[in-house]
Amino acid sequence: MWTLRDKYAIAGIGTTKYSANSRTTVLNLALEACGAAAADAGIAVEEIDGVVSYHFGDSVPSIAVATGLGLPAARYAVEFSSGGNAANLIVQTAAAAIEAGLARNVLCFRAMNGRSGLRLGGSRDLNSRGITQYTAPFGWITYPQAMAMWCRRHMIKYGTTSEQLGAVAVACRRNAALNPRAMMREPITLADHQSSRMIVEPFRLLDICLESDGACAVLVTPAERARDLRRKPVYIRGAAYGGGPNQGDDLFDAIRWPEHAHNYAKYIAADLWASAGVGPQDMDVAEIYDCFTYSVLMQLEGFGFCKEGEGGAFVEDGNIDRGRKIPVNTHGGLLSEAYIHGLNHVIEAVEQLRGDAGSRQVAGAELALTTAGAMTCGSALVLRN
Amino acid sequence: MGAKPMPVPDADSRRFWEGCREHRLQIERCADCKTARFPPAALCPHCRSSRSEWVAASGRGTVFSWIVVRHPVPKDMYAGEVPYVVALVELEEGVRMPTNIVGCAPDAIRAGMPVEVVFDDVSADITLPRFRPQVPS
Ligand SMILES: [Zn+2]
Repeated sequence: MWTLRDKYAIAGIGTTKYSANSRTTVLNLALEACGAAAADAGIAVEEIDGVVSYHFGDSVPSIAVATGLGLPAARYAVEFSSGGNAANLIVQTAAAAIEAGLARNVLCFRAMNGRSGLRLGGSRDLNSRGITQYTAPFGWITYPQAMAMWCRRHMIKYGTTSEQLGAVAVACRRNAALNPRAMMREPITLADHQSSRMIVEPFRLLDICLESDGACAVLVTPAERARDLRRKPVYIRGAAYGGGPNQGDDLFDAIRWPEHAHNYAKYIAADLWASAGVGPQDMDVAEIYDCFTYSVLMQLEGFGFCKEGEGGAFVEDGNIDRGRKIPVNTHGGLLSEAYIHGLNHVIEAVEQLRGDAGSRQVAGAELALTTAGAMTCGSALVLRN
Repeated sequence: MGAKPMPVPDADSRRFWEGCREHRLQIERCADCKTARFPPAALCPHCRSSRSEWVAASGRGTVFSWIVVRHPVPKDMYAGEVPYVVALVELEEGVRMPTNIVGCAPDAIRAGMPVEVVFDDVSADITLPRFRPQVPS
């Protein structure tokens, strides 16, 4: 379990513009976001000696960012071959590396040309070797197709409806309308969701996240150092990563997962809340990984915002809306802000906790949950100001 | 039109695909603790034994979950196939297997629906085990 409660902080954040075509390289996006995070913290780039990232072969190595920024000595420049499940894991790992003396100040980034370059949602390994030989030959190939199987299971077990999924899409878009960074700001209604094209049942087009070009970066540093820097520190209060048994041979594979009506959240929630010493009822905002609408339901249940199986009714009753029980994805999420693979959720949580979120600010926000992952494994943070 | 993905048998899976080629559905199980496993693997994840045996499956199971693909990806491979159904079928032997449900309108599929294997010789070397609604005997 995470034992570093409040010992480390996010001292700076940086983003690029989010777009459908950046017209530049992924490396340039990464350098822009990382440079912005360092400048935001007010820390000299020379003091940064760690860089952590995650990607699916669609980004640049951490050493490329260390080289591009001219770090004199990158002691901890590493990356995970991973999906969005690692978006909070990299922040945990940065703090753990500093604790172990491997680095002093660590940049965490995710950079991608996810629309104009390699599109993660549209294709996958077609070579049918290894675990893929049991899936791709049956036309089970893309991530929307993978996760639709989970969503269906939730519908089978609990009677969850497409309209309930739609409530998530509508709530995210309503928040995105307040967010100048969001790619999709035009409000949508439940009727728009219901009339959107069926892609892979039970998913309609508006159940599926955006594809984006862009980058996010956060700077992790010891709490006492953060207090001397330019911005109000956001402390890493709690953290957890993992999943249940049979996490599979790769991120797509869930053949042996015991019950697809639940995901990783159910398995890491106890560690997360114990590490933070608070619970779901204490959260002021929750930035929940929403690659698809259904994943929000399973995480609301898994992290204890509602009972198992009640996620559909919970969102339908408006509990995730601003001013209600738990405002979710105050930036619009992956569904409507941008798909920066979950690190944009951390950026939003930091802005909320700094009180910098402008017209989308949740008044007095002191504690935020960020989550990352939709299937067998994932990560989460509790952040505080 | 691109060639659809075809299984590439390996040391663990060769026996499974050879069985399919002969229109026999076989499942690997641990020779020590008798736990069935799918996909085939060198080690029993239950007791870590490396001794295994292959047993003839009944070919019957039930639909655990399913999707209906309406939008073809990659388009050049699947434009002529949609809508098609991918399911996780729970076999009587206690393992789940990804497959297609055929011989059934997508809207008629239900959770728990009894299905049985039907072999589709898709190439000279490869036969895919798909499933159709069980025909009462
Ligand atoms: Zn065994």
